[in-house]
Amino acid sequence: MIWYIVRRLLQMIPVFLGATLIVYLLAFAASGDPILTLAGDKPISPAVEQQLRAQYNLDKPVIIQWLIYLGNVVRLDFGVGFNGRPIADQIAAAFPVTIRLAIIAVIVETVFGVIAGVISGLRKGKLIDTTLLILSLLVIAVPTFVLGFVAQFILGVKLGIAPINVGRDPSWQNLLVPGFVLGAVSFAYVLRLTRTSIAETVGADHVRTATAKGLSRGGVVTKHILRNSLIPVVTFIGADLGALMGGAIVTESIFNIPGVGTLLFRSINAGEAPMIVSLVTLLVIIFLLSNLIVDLLYAVLDPRIRYAK
Amino acid sequence: MALSRRSMMLGTAATGVAAATLAACTGGSSGGSGGSDGGSGSGEMIFANTTEPENPLVPTNTGEVGGGRVVTSIFAGLVYYTADGKAENDLAESIESDDNQHWTIKIKSGLKFSDDSDLTAQSFVDAWNFGANAANAQLGQYFFEPIEGYADLSKEDVAADAKLPGLEVVDDTTFTVQLVSAQSDFPNRLGYSAYMPLPASAFDDIEAFGEKPVSNGPYMVDSWTHDKEIVLVPNPNYDGPRKAKNSGITFVVYDSDETMYNDLLADNVDVIDQIPTSQLQNFESDLGDRAVNDPGAVFQSFTLPGYDSNFEGEAGALRREAISRAIDRKSICDSLFFGTRTPATDFVAPVIPGGGATDIEGADVLEFDEAKAKDLWAQAEAKSPFKGPLTLAYNADGPHADWVEAVCNSLKNTLGIEANPTPFPAFGEMREQIRARKLMGTWRSGWQADYPSMYNFLGPLYGSGAADGNGSNDGDYKNPEFDQLLSDGLAAESEDEAIKIWKQAEALIMRDLPVVPLWYQNTFGGYSSLVSNVEYGWDTVPLYYEITK
Repeated sequence: MIWYIVRRLLQMIPVFLGATLIVYLLAFAASGDPILTLAGDKPISPAVEQQLRAQYNLDKPVIIQWLIYLGNVVRLDFGVGFNGRPIADQIAAAFPVTIRLAIIAVIVETVFGVIAGVISGLRKGKLIDTTLLILSLLVIAVPTFVLGFVAQFILGVKLGIAPINVGRDPSWQNLLVPGFVLGAVSFAYVLRLTRTSIAETVGADHVRTATAKGLSRGGVVTKHILRNSLIPVVTFIGADLGALMGGAIVTESIFNIPGVGTLLFRSINAGEAPMIVSLVTLLVIIFLLSNLIVDLLYAVLDPRIRYAK
Repeated sequence: MALSRRSMMLGTAATGVAAATLAACTGGSSGGSGGSDGGSGSGEMIFANTTEPENPLVPTNTGEVGGGRVVTSIFAGLVYYTADGKAENDLAESIESDDNQHWTIKIKSGLKFSDDSDLTAQSFVDAWNFGANAANAQLGQYFFEPIEGYADLSKEDVAADAKLPGLEVVDDTTFTVQLVSAQSDFPNRLGYSAYMPLPASAFDDIEAFGEKPVSNGPYMVDSWTHDKEIVLVPNPNYDGPRKAKNSGITFVVYDSDETMYNDLLADNVDVIDQIPTSQLQNFESDLGDRAVNDPGAVFQSFTLPGYDSNFEGEAGALRREAISRAIDRKSICDSLFFGTRTPATDFVAPVIPGGGATDIEGADVLEFDEAKAKDLWAQAEAKSPFKGPLTLAYNADGPHADWVEAVCNSLKNTLGIEANPTPFPAFGEMREQIRARKLMGTWRSGWQADYPSMYNFLGPLYGSGAADGNGSNDGDYKNPEFDQLLSDGLAAESEDEAIKIWKQAEALIMRDLPVVPLWYQNTFGGYSSLVSNVEYGWDTVPLYYEITK
């Protein structure tokens, strides 16, 4: 088990190198000349331009820039952004906000999704099942930004019970509404996955045996049906955690949340390669880690799965 | 603040399980900072929108509006601009010259920075020398161009301690400025942020200084929480014409215009100077008297470069006029921008003294005239056929797609030619192409003035000195007659005289159309029901110091 984890962690090193290089090349190719973007419509004298290029290593070939970046990252120096602030500080400010947001979203989708999915799966074909299915269909069909704007307008502007601008104080309470909005679509998927999985397991032999043994209905559902049905759901939620962190940009922009998505969007517009690369790499690592955790959870959920050396 | 208390109630009421778990994790991060006390202003703290400043708050390095509004609030220069774009003395006692080239500037005595250090003539000279020296890589460096010695300080290997020979301190309250050539509008420039004074302590570590500047303006920085808010409180050491009438400004950072607008509807922010595109149609009915939609200082156009063979020679001239006459500016301004743009009648935005003129010779080329446009195009075709299609390039990271589409449709329908919008993903990419003179066809161009003077809309954009990569004359328009009128205007006796001469210069570019003028962007925004005395400056930024709450 330990060896398995170590091996998985070691595999991340080439992924890290590859991801930084690819993203560096992309960032370099995509966003035009960052110094000209910096100057905007205004003229810039060649001498100032040359100074700035040297300051941000932009006067060197891409590969050299990447190597300099890597060399600095190993010493935990992520460099300084165009706005004069250390990149590490900016990321350290943005990540906790997005992590809070993603955690709320995951809790929302897991708790509500699984509960609704279980109810739906056990009462297949009944009125409550149909109602939940239609609800989930609606949530999937409505784009996140529509849901976000409607929530902001009704709860924030009309009723005044939730903050409109979460950005000034992105605390747990204030992030609740954005978290619900962010988790909404995944909630619908979790509901549907759980429902199908439960409905399949309900008819399985071991469930009939458990019921025949005289176990209570609750015991059968939690120990025998739910545990066995959760593998696809856990897989989905694990992968979704990474997607929520990187994909929170729409929700973040609606509620003006200074998180990873906002930072990434801004740095892509500015062509700030070191910032883009650092952010994307962190997201890649989070993705890999959450996948690892999902794989480990399989062993907990299904005793037949064991990780040997 | 009431806001966070109420939202906490939502937290407990809305969700049983989730809220209970979350409440346990909540740290002490409750509530905004609200009004910070201190300072000499009266009334309450006002809340205003901004974007996160792109640089530390160093005046010579701040050219964009997010940092600019903070810098002009915390620093005071020799002059300041009234709402209608007139330069009036702020710290200056007098700014005088006999020949418009050698200037003697006297400042008020006994001035102090917010840390009680003395503000003297030296504070100005040091700050200008710092900004003009290319070794310091300040984005506002180009702004010192008119001062004697600028060229030497712009060399790539300039010494870090090199200074402008054109600046000389006479005594504590007097210094002289020698310009490269006569410039009657030089005093008008001096209210721009690049010309603010800096305390001696700034130069020890300019980046650290920019995080929490020691300043001399109506306000000083109380705190700056990056990406969230910048809190300014009145500076007790400032006693000039812009003295704060409120107890401070909290600039709230908005990345989302929609959030900002909703916050205004809920009175959470007091004054905003941006309206999201989606609300342009209804903001005036939503806000009533509190909506603002006035002529502004932004001029928008598209450039027809001189080096594209389609726009050269006699056929080119006909074609330029045909294109200009083929665009229905008024209907685009009304239907697409809902009256927040005003069709152009010249090349200078209307808030500028002399700008928005309707009496420029030949200005009828800006009127929509389908028959004439068709006729001119046919004449041009007869001389030399157009190598099409016509392209109009724009950067897709800005809000341009809609109007570019509309202009292209207007050209298509009127002239019966193929006209294609050509998006570039990022602004920097388009600039790169333009600078290398590789971008053929036409591209969107615009200008927001740095200081309220007609010259600033003409010289940097169409003067020969700014062509060939030496400035913002990207279409490489060159006309000695035009250059002569520009410098005649600069040497004029009075501003009225200068305006008269520059209007003649405008007539020349109206004939040659190096760019096709489209419209002026209005100042639009709104304010909350809690504040009064809201007025917007010539540069579309509210005059925060006047607002009362």
